[in-house]
Amino acid sequence: MNTDFEELYQQVILDHSKRPRNYGTLEEPAIHVDGDNPSCGDEIHLHVRFGAGGEVEDLKFTGVGCAISQASASLMTLKVKGKSRTESQALLEAFTDVVTSGSQEPPKMLGDLRLLSGVRNFPQRVKCAMLAWRAFEQAMQEAQTGPVQASESGPHCS
Amino acid sequence: MSDPIHNTAHADSHAPSLKMLRSDFPILHQTVNGAPLIYFDNAATTQKPRAVLDALLHYYENDNANVHRGLHTLSNRATASFEHARARVAQFVNATSPEEIVFTRGTTEAINLVAHAWGGAFFKSGDVILLTEMEHHSNLVPWQLIAQKTGAQLRFIPLTEDGLLDLSNLESLLTPEVKLLAFTHISNFLGTINPAVELCRRARAVGAVSFVDAAQSAGHLRLDVQALGCDFLAFSGHKMCAPTGIGVLYGRAAVLEQMPPWQGGGEMILSVRYDSATYKQAPARFEAGTPNIAGAIGLAAAMDYLETVGREEIQAHDEALALYAYEQIAQIDGYRVLGPRSPRGGLVSFVHESVHPHDLTSYCDQKGLALRGGHHCNQPLMRKMGLPSTSRASFYFYNTHSEVDQMLAILAQAHQFFA
Repeated sequence: MNTDFEELYQQVILDHSKRPRNYGTLEEPAIHVDGDNPSCGDEIHLHVRFGAGGEVEDLKFTGVGCAISQASASLMTLKVKGKSRTESQALLEAFTDVVTSGSQEPPKMLGDLRLLSGVRNFPQRVKCAMLAWRAFEQAMQEAQTGPVQASESGPHCS
Repeated sequence: MSDPIHNTAHADSHAPSLKMLRSDFPILHQTVNGAPLIYFDNAATTQKPRAVLDALLHYYENDNANVHRGLHTLSNRATASFEHARARVAQFVNATSPEEIVFTRGTTEAINLVAHAWGGAFFKSGDVILLTEMEHHSNLVPWQLIAQKTGAQLRFIPLTEDGLLDLSNLESLLTPEVKLLAFTHISNFLGTINPAVELCRRARAVGAVSFVDAAQSAGHLRLDVQALGCDFLAFSGHKMCAPTGIGVLYGRAAVLEQMPPWQGGGEMILSVRYDSATYKQAPARFEAGTPNIAGAIGLAAAMDYLETVGREEIQAHDEALALYAYEQIAQIDGYRVLGPRSPRGGLVSFVHESVHPHDLTSYCDQKGLALRGGHHCNQPLMRKMGLPSTSRASFYFYNTHSEVDQMLAILAQAHQFFA
């Protein structure tokens, strides 16, 4: 077995995909974003409640899809819950960099999310790891500017 | 790298000689992620034998020129080879003449051509385009587009639980409003082989034109357009040992002659004025611009090769592998196979009860096993079946029972790995 593969699909990832944390929905008022990867059928339905200062008070998700997409969503909710706008924006940028272009050691601030850094060795799977994060990005945007019209450039990623 | 003939463990008497043909395919002899490549994605595209690669090289090294318009020797040679290829295709599908063969980029372009040219001319509001629920997006979306333009309606033949076409109510679907019936010969997702002769006959009985999507059958069984009784039939070269970018539209002469042009340009015209033009007869009318000359030559070489192998032998071998895989995968813990048991085309779609097909297909790739994971361009049907995607193993004559055995072992390991 290729070690890159075992590194990506290690027990933590498999565990989060089978027993996702923060799985469910939030009552209003919460921002609700649907994200999907039309090419593979992965779906994430993300609910986020932001505080007055833009901090992430609570968030939950439901979804179906591959282990990478669901584990990434589960790990993301653990990581960004309670973070300020600035902190969660920094996490989003750091994670995006790690799975899309980053070649150095992933920053410690990402915690267990670093386990997903191996996805960059599997170019077809990057969009799976990013699905929940794109939905979260849209939620942060909507918190500032109001609902964003769903479009091809939204959380969809082909 | 030819494997010696020693494996006679399986009853299939063709297996030893077909196995020897593996040496004709340079690409098969490599390791992927540290394991010998097992290429089971033949429904997506097949590999190319040395004979086809040589034909391409020979053309580019000796005869390359534009066709039909040069007055020099190379152009004459290129034209002769290109038109020989057309005649070869006509013979391969038993068309009545080479004029019934239009070269396209592939099946998809052939369907778009007929949808826009024939459908654009003859569909009117209230007409019905009859399809089936198991069509590839390429035999669905072009009809949606022309339906939107003309006001025609789409109607669908449903499936049985087993993944066969449910023809019990065909009479109520195939009504006089139906102008065209288009269906896949072999489903790229379920492996179902559809009763093409019966469907074409019943379409003609109500005055509808028939269109057979032969993308998954042309390289796997003997196609005879006259025996099928179809009006149109399309397939892609790359799924039958030829290069990508070359495909075929067969059109029965009487139907093809009525069809107006689709794309305009050089080669398809008789005479052009600033405000108008007149067009050549079929097939040139439908081949605007410089065609894929090398592709057509490669396709003819592929057809020569496939006939040497034997199309009956190919069909028997592919179906035997598919049936074996179908029955054996169903025996492994956690797996479920889809579609009818037999007869079936040379492919098997399957799902695991808890492992997502993309994770499973990635796992198999790590073992050198190339499968397809995804929706197989069958989103409406998969949605109806409640499946986001499946894994699919699809076979060709150069695959072996031993490779299927290795796949079964890998699938069992995947069940353990993800459990």
